[in-house]
Amino acid sequence: MKIPLSKIAHGRSGDKGDMSNIGIIAYDERHYPILVREVTAGRVKQYYGEMFDGKVERYELPNLGALNFLCYGALGGGGTLSLRIDAQGKTLAAGLLGMEIDVDESELSS
Amino acid sequence: MIRIANGQGFWGDWLEAPVRLVEDGPIDYLILDYLAEVTMSIVQKQKQADPKLGYARDFPPLIGRIAARMKERGVKVIANAGGVNPRACADEVRRLAPQLKVAVVLGDDVFDRIADFQARGIELRNLDTNEPLREVASEITSANAYIGAFPLAEALATGADVVIAGRSTDTALALAPMIHAFGWKPDDYDKMAAGTIAGHIVECGAQCTGGNCIADWKTISDFANIGYPIIEAHEDGSFVITKHAGTGGRVSIDTVKEQLLYELGDPKRYIGPDCIADFTTVRLRDDGPDRVHVSGIRGAAPTEFLKVSISYLYGFKATGTLVYSWPDALEKAKAADSIVRARLEALGLQFEEICTEYFGANACHGPAAPPIPQPAEIMLRIGVRDKNKKSVDRFTRELIPLVLNGPPTATGYGDGRPSVREVVAYWPALIPRGEITTRVEVAQ
Repeated sequence: MKIPLSKIAHGRSGDKGDMSNIGIIAYDERHYPILVREVTAGRVKQYYGEMFDGKVERYELPNLGALNFLCYGALGGGGTLSLRIDAQGKTLAAGLLGMEIDVDESELSS
Repeated sequence: MIRIANGQGFWGDWLEAPVRLVEDGPIDYLILDYLAEVTMSIVQKQKQADPKLGYARDFPPLIGRIAARMKERGVKVIANAGGVNPRACADEVRRLAPQLKVAVVLGDDVFDRIADFQARGIELRNLDTNEPLREVASEITSANAYIGAFPLAEALATGADVVIAGRSTDTALALAPMIHAFGWKPDDYDKMAAGTIAGHIVECGAQCTGGNCIADWKTISDFANIGYPIIEAHEDGSFVITKHAGTGGRVSIDTVKEQLLYELGDPKRYIGPDCIADFTTVRLRDDGPDRVHVSGIRGAAPTEFLKVSISYLYGFKATGTLVYSWPDALEKAKAADSIVRARLEALGLQFEEICTEYFGANACHGPAAPPIPQPAEIMLRIGVRDKNKKSVDRFTRELIPLVLNGPPTATGYGDGRPSVREVVAYWPALIPRGEITTRVEVAQ
């Protein structure tokens, strides 16, 4: 079935120059493998489409049940150069939590 | 065990937070982080206008306010409030709190040494773009090396009540009192990493105690009296993140995880002046209400370089807004955007960048935002950026006429035409460690 990522994860995002980092964290660490399978760098890049000029890299933090995405060219120049209202990418984690993911019902029962 | 509280996540953070941290319960050290990358160019400009300025001006009055309690309770303050003029900052602190001993840490400011570096072949290439600094050398407005925790610990060893640094890293403010209290050595890399990660968790103030927390935010109580974070640090490198009893907000595994991920790059290589910290070794454990225990942190030797933060005058920008109401608010705003662009083109104006956003539709999340069939209103926001100030200034005159000569129901122009703002850009670079020598002075 399809569920929004927000059902099983929370997160936080911010800026590093013109790159935004988006941290996505499983509420229940047993759901971490779902994040690893469903929330790939390619899907994040596709989800934000034209907002991101560059590549997306993914790093894994199994100890926290979390993934960290580095999104290059994601902030319209970044820092003081950006003309965007969200020049620091503060809202990008919340936005990504709206992405639909595929899960089997049995994966969610605990 | 020592208690290190952070009462300021940036210059402009809640003025009451540090006062409440000193008043509402026991702490040993109060750390205050004032400097963001662009802050350095602002304070450099203030110093050029007045040699007695160039530091975080909120800081001395704060110390004046809490000085008596600091003395009574033995609380020491460590802050990077010195900007580009730590001595002037110290003078003002001593004027307002003469009973306190003040030490300053100098040596981070390399603004006057750029030409010398370049003459000796230190190129200061941009870490992101790899361009050599000479491209923008004539426009530099500030240049500071990020210094680590040891100079701050040296300042604490003088017995100072207040330690004022310039561009120290945010995390060094937390690591320094651990080095001072526990006698940690520079090659205790696991401990350097533990103190650095503790600093990372608290460096944005209430962002680890419930502020900006996505996890169950509606159930977080009493934001109005949110407690700022306290590290209970132990000699073995483990620590607890907590806050004063009776304050609002929340410290939980969720709030701490969110802040651990904040502004993180490669989690295995968090590079700082004192170590390379590995965030994949962090172990979190619930330690009771509003307490999270952190342990297991591993680190490695730092690199041979320090990061230098250079700011330079890049150009100019302006952004303006108009609001269009229902019906067809988004269509009207899109039509207005096309009109502005056509008029700018007719004037022969070119910009390095034009950015249009539609608030209420997709400004924050772009194509990922769910469509709204008939929004009640949409705010059109157009921004331009260019090296040519005249072009940017001309743009600022093109929005308000649309109220009368464009699509219907435009409003929200009451603040007048947008102002032209200078764009000060940030140039991150590396410098060999040996080039930076810090020193501690006790203010007399």
